[in-house]
Amino acid sequence: MPELVEIAKAIAARASGGEQIEAYLSTGKETEVRSFGGAVENLSSAESAGVGVRVVKDRRQGFAWVGALGQAAAAEALAEARDNVAYATEDAHAGLAGPDGWPAAALELWRDELAAAGTDTKIAMALELERQVRSDARIRQVVRAGYSDSSVEWAVANSLGLAATSRRSTCHLFAYAIAGEGAETATGFGYSAGRAPSDLDVVACAGDTVERAVRMVGATKPKSGQLTVVLDRRVTSTLLAVLAGTLSGEEVSKGRSLFANRLGEAVACPGFTLVEDPTNAAALGASPFDSEGLATRRNELVEGGKLMGYLYDSHAARVAGTASTGSAVRGGYRSTPGVGARAVALLPGELGQAEILARVGEGLFVQSISGVHSGVNAVSGDFSVGAEGLMIRGGELAEPVREMTIASTLQKMMQQVTHIGSDLEWLPASAAGLTLAIEGLSLAGG
Amino acid sequence: MTLTESGLIEADVLERVLAAALRSGGDFAEVYAEDRAMTAISLDDRRVEELSSGHMRGAGIRVVSGETTGFAHTADLSEEGLLAAALAASAIARSGAGGRRQVALSESRATPPNDVRIHPAQVAKAAKVELLQRADDVARSTSGSVVQVSASYADSRRRFLVANSEGLLTGDDQVRTRFSVRCVSSGDTGLQTGFESEGLTIGFELLDGDTVERLTNEAVRRALTKLKARPAPAGVLPVVIKSGSGGILFHEACGHGLEADHIVKESSVYAGRLGELVASPLVTLVDDGTAGPNWGSYAVDDEGRPARRNVLIENGVLVDYMWDDMSARKVGRASTGNGRRESYQHLPMARMTNTFLLQGEEDPDEIVAQTPEGVYVAALGGGQVNTATGDFVFGMTEAYMIENGEITEPIRDANLIGNGPDVLARVDAVANDFGMSPGTCGKDGQSVPVGCGQPTLRVTGVTIGGTAGA
Repeated sequence: MPELVEIAKAIAARASGGEQIEAYLSTGKETEVRSFGGAVENLSSAESAGVGVRVVKDRRQGFAWVGALGQAAAAEALAEARDNVAYATEDAHAGLAGPDGWPAAALELWRDELAAAGTDTKIAMALELERQVRSDARIRQVVRAGYSDSSVEWAVANSLGLAATSRRSTCHLFAYAIAGEGAETATGFGYSAGRAPSDLDVVACAGDTVERAVRMVGATKPKSGQLTVVLDRRVTSTLLAVLAGTLSGEEVSKGRSLFANRLGEAVACPGFTLVEDPTNAAALGASPFDSEGLATRRNELVEGGKLMGYLYDSHAARVAGTASTGSAVRGGYRSTPGVGARAVALLPGELGQAEILARVGEGLFVQSISGVHSGVNAVSGDFSVGAEGLMIRGGELAEPVREMTIASTLQKMMQQVTHIGSDLEWLPASAAGLTLAIEGLSLAGG
Repeated sequence: MTLTESGLIEADVLERVLAAALRSGGDFAEVYAEDRAMTAISLDDRRVEELSSGHMRGAGIRVVSGETTGFAHTADLSEEGLLAAALAASAIARSGAGGRRQVALSESRATPPNDVRIHPAQVAKAAKVELLQRADDVARSTSGSVVQVSASYADSRRRFLVANSEGLLTGDDQVRTRFSVRCVSSGDTGLQTGFESEGLTIGFELLDGDTVERLTNEAVRRALTKLKARPAPAGVLPVVIKSGSGGILFHEACGHGLEADHIVKESSVYAGRLGELVASPLVTLVDDGTAGPNWGSYAVDDEGRPARRNVLIENGVLVDYMWDDMSARKVGRASTGNGRRESYQHLPMARMTNTFLLQGEEDPDEIVAQTPEGVYVAALGGGQVNTATGDFVFGMTEAYMIENGEITEPIRDANLIGNGPDVLARVDAVANDFGMSPGTCGKDGQSVPVGCGQPTLRVTGVTIGGTAGA
């Protein structure tokens, strides 16, 4: 088969008479191995491919996708997308992204080592991970333990002359285990992520899983009250991903952002600097191009607490009268591009987690949260999530607590950050994790 | 129409592929082939942004050897493509005793739980687009405080066949249609949101009459009501949950914990508790894949087993779990028709269909009147559960305080948190006004459509995750 980008260009080249065409293609290979009870529970191997075509004509857009590659699939997607154009509302800002001259970063996101790794190696890692977790006498059950990987190649080309292609490999180890019995039951989830098997750390993943489960055994429901929370790195990553969503230029122009019309204002505490930088190869979400084919770039969102800018794809940028920030993302060939972040991070502070706990003195260390999709309203800013973790007493982690919520508003939380950790870690998410302390949250328990 | 007439794969090809999948060993092989076509239209910011059509077809092949499952999928439905996938899926079974196996398929069909009157594929695209514009017009003409409207229409048709080495050959033809509206309102207190949707396993007749107006008015009313909302309390209070407001309470409080995979692995608080009292005697919980046109209905599940009505909890006593084929095999029993998968690219597992609490005898207004102080939840968002500890959260997206037996001020969005067995035991009133609603359930990375239902009910105490002193 010819290179993906050549197929994309060939589809885009079929634009005629005032038509703009964009083709997005991807192919992926995935493997997943799960170990249970010392044997392979599942071994899945999958290859998938598809094409999505956007057509813009007379200021209207149509889209269609087909879950296959090849002449027939491309022809079907193009014909359907053309047919769909007529049904969209005319939009003065409709159109594809044009070349903007921004140079793409050279990023090494692909490792041949992953493609070369045999199934036996992957199975061995999954089995060993389960064995290590299970070997701890305090663990009652290893519900899930395994290895997964994904190798994706994608290309996008349009009739305005943009063409981009990139590939990436990623792999993970994951384990979910139960410690304790009856009402004392507790669970822990651990993982390790990288671009090739040699990046993965079985010992650390197993240790993390065990520690998180074991330290929660015997957790009780705490009393309600106001307190300072210290967020585990993973929890901070989830929070930052939600925040980045509110800084989408598309949401701003559609009146759905709590940060609309606030450029230049102090929206966070002075130490709060938030940057989106997909050109940082250390980020697992890094990419040299965005999903419309423009080069990605570093975008400062908040600097020293002051709101500096929003993220844009080409459409949102035209609506706002500005330029794309190279922030188009898409969920694969099945969807049209929208605005999104790939690699958001807070500028790290100077203190490690232990030092932050010591300075906070009394409060709650949040190990994990639940119900983000049901309890965080990115439009109103209301924030309410289920939480479990450990009380902080005398500057150290103390007794475990669960079945509680922590609540505030996103607006207040950004202002009430008291410590930003130095322990930045890129997680398999669109935002980096680090320890974060925020005061004045409401804890609802017994 | 027979399955093979649907054009997916001929029966003789399936027989050869199944035999090939078991050639190097293995106890069981299965081919699941699917053709899915969908239309999605989104309106946002006054414009129909685009009409999107999608089409996918492919097959997933599973080979089971002892406790191990091998799985591979392909978009290539030719015999060659299927044989390659069969080979990949059987790689794990290599160590077993191989040999020549004959597979003779015998086709069976199950009766679909409902009829599709107007097939969406036969409806002009323009008619679908018009619905969205109507939603926008209705919402914006209602109030100047409505500052943004987004609406979406989606239909899908999913035809699949399942053939396995035990000779089963069956399939289903599932049509789903859904419409949803989301509004943003603006006032002195900032921005608020309101959402409403309807989805059924029927065709375009879903949108007959004033469905669009009804859904839109409900979304607008929610968004406007919340402009006057005060912060939700933080702490434990009695909660009255309105009929049909999501039914997500039971989906999270015990539904997931009654899925057989969690039982087999003893990762559920309900494992080993059959015959025990696990809930208030007012609780009778049913999972029913044959419940008419509800969002989680189907004729056969994704392992080819007919959908059934399964009583899970009867008068508070745990009666049974929900079983997929593989979990059922492990304990030597039959599937309950709950084996589901997101698509041919996924392995099936035990999932809910339409899960609901049967209605009781009380008057819903009376339940509120007899609640001196508490929270009245009129609409629920999603939720999440840890099946091992039983702790679960669910979001309220329209709620009010109850003071002296009356519904009073609206409160802002928040999550509620509880522990499954504890909350089930605290159900102390169940009304006679049953209602269902559609949802999308995520588990282990796979999303499937489900129905959730309940009458108005009261729980004597749930932790409300707000910010105000309770």
